[in-house]
Amino acid sequence: MKTEFSITHHADSEGARFGMWLFLFTEILLFGGLFLLYSVYRSEHALNFHSASLELSRFFGTFNTVVLLTSSLTMALSIHFIRYGEQKKSMLFLILTILMGALFLINKYLEWSAKFEHGIYPGSHELVNRSRGEVLFYGLYFTMTGLHAFHVFAGILVLLVMLVLIKKQAITGDDYVKLENSGLYWHLVDIIWIFLFPLFYLIS
Amino acid sequence: MERKINMPTINTYLSVWITLLILTGITVLFSKINLGGMNLFVALLIAGGKGFLVALYFMHLGYERMVFRLMAGFVLITLAVIIGLTFFDTALR
Repeated sequence: MKTEFSITHHADSEGARFGMWLFLFTEILLFGGLFLLYSVYRSEHALNFHSASLELSRFFGTFNTVVLLTSSLTMALSIHFIRYGEQKKSMLFLILTILMGALFLINKYLEWSAKFEHGIYPGSHELVNRSRGEVLFYGLYFTMTGLHAFHVFAGILVLLVMLVLIKKQAITGDDYVKLENSGLYWHLVDIIWIFLFPLFYLIS
Repeated sequence: MERKINMPTINTYLSVWITLLILTGITVLFSKINLGGMNLFVALLIAGGKGFLVALYFMHLGYERMVFRLMAGFVLITLAVIIGLTFFDTALR
């Protein structure tokens, strides 16, 4: 009986990754719907989108892009090291990834606060008096970057759990698909930002 | 276990990261030049290239079985069709 159990218990990491990819596809379609809204409204209100985009901070946008791209590198390295059983290095790079995710969110907080201070938030008096295109631009800006930031936050929580699992040796060089799948999620969130960045910050 | 041999090396990851940073720089520089409608096209082209690199190397899509790539392609085509058809709708209204 015992041998039979150990055979059936063999982990199917490829199946696990396949399942993760299926989930990521639903995420792509979720954001895809918002990108669709963006592109249609942009084509109808091109000038307003351009003028509204001028008000966003290019510095914050570019800096956050660099932060997320680098966090993707450290994430990949964390998985690379666990594959070779180097637990300490894997944890180090995972912590760096989490810290960069946190830095991204701090920047996002500062950026949004600056907008709020200028009276720009959904339904604000300042915004309602502007042109329809600008209202739509900011509506999409807050919805899409907000949903994205929520994904970064969720990613950080997942990575924190992975950190504990590596520490407890529940993730090792022989079985690291949990860390791999968390990495897949993190990279997808990075890819979504790669598209959000030029669409909102660089169209002026 | 057989995946171990074919996975990207640290040097590959670093090269991809540097390429991504360079592409980000190019996007920012290009956005300052007025190319009219071409600006958006160039920005999306570079973003697509960056996404492709992340998927291929960081997400190991280039190292998975063909079925993973086929499915990802299917999803992207579906999205393109949805966006394309919507534009037919709004443009011809």
